[in-house]
Amino acid sequence: MRFAIPLIVFAAIATFLYMGLGRDPREVPSPLIGKPAPEFALPVLKQPDQQFSPAQMQGKVWLFNIWATWCAACRVEHPLLVQLARSGEVDIVGLNYKDDSDSARQWLVDLGDPYLMTAVDVDGRVGIDWGFYGAPETFVIDGEGVVRHKHIGPVSPQDLTETILPLVAQLREDLK
Amino acid sequence: MIIRTIAMLLLMVLSSASFAQSVFAEYEFDNTGQEKDFKSLTAQLRCLVCQNQNIADSNAPLAQDLRREIHEMLTSGDSRQDVIDFMVDRYGEFVLYKPIMSLKTLALWFGPLLFFAGGVLVLWRLTRKQKAAVAGEPAASQVTSQAIAEARQLLDGSTNNATNNASQHRDS
Repeated sequence: MRFAIPLIVFAAIATFLYMGLGRDPREVPSPLIGKPAPEFALPVLKQPDQQFSPAQMQGKVWLFNIWATWCAACRVEHPLLVQLARSGEVDIVGLNYKDDSDSARQWLVDLGDPYLMTAVDVDGRVGIDWGFYGAPETFVIDGEGVVRHKHIGPVSPQDLTETILPLVAQLREDLK
Repeated sequence: MIIRTIAMLLLMVLSSASFAQSVFAEYEFDNTGQEKDFKSLTAQLRCLVCQNQNIADSNAPLAQDLRREIHEMLTSGDSRQDVIDFMVDRYGEFVLYKPIMSLKTLALWFGPLLFFAGGVLVLWRLTRKQKAAVAGEPAASQVTSQAIAEARQLLDGSTNNATNNASQHRDS
């Protein structure tokens, strides 16, 4: 019995450490989930005289994708977004974060433009309001303007088919 | 080669030191209280890009932006708590190097105390056992009266041998 105590303590510590191995330390749960999407009004990349604000998307389920041309992972993700936009399954709004607008426009010409529109966040303030820290990030926003999901890093086809699109479908059901 | 390595290292150390200086020199404050708040806040808030650095030490663009944001908040009259709330609202409690005390963080705050108490308990039980063993000794000594006589005999025998050896040694 005496020798069993250290064994039990060891087993408990080992179990917790093993569980920790499987978790992603970069994955920080967003406090935004379940809260209204942070409001802003920013110029639109292709029509700088117009402004985009999340309120314009009221009544729709949509994706909000934060990207920049300096972000290598965004380039990885981009073809999938283009494909998703072509399928017409869900609207994607972009936020071009701390970027050069000319290069951003050129990027959309070269690689295709999956965005309904892209807002321009030159100084990164809107990014901060959205708790952005690792480009790219993708949010799912429901018809009432509430943030439902946040994906950090490039979206993979698997993330799309297993998490994001089912959630979009379910949120559309809830709207009806 | 060695000289070059040393020169490189020196350069690295010096440039990081001057960088740390520039973080605070970059900003102006209305009073020393604001400056103190800025220094302590940027030191106790985590930078999310390079997660094991605080906002004061990190050179990541996001950390620079957050320093700017915190500076603006403080100089426009916001309190320390306002800044902390601002950060937690956006990035979650993860940004706090000093976690909020709540039901979720109870183990974090009192876990070490629990381990300490466990250690004290083990120590107390061990010393108690030792004391009991010492207290039990007189009873045990009664049994050994015969053993003492045997031991004395053995000891005497060995001293005799030793003196014999010594005398032999002297003779040769």
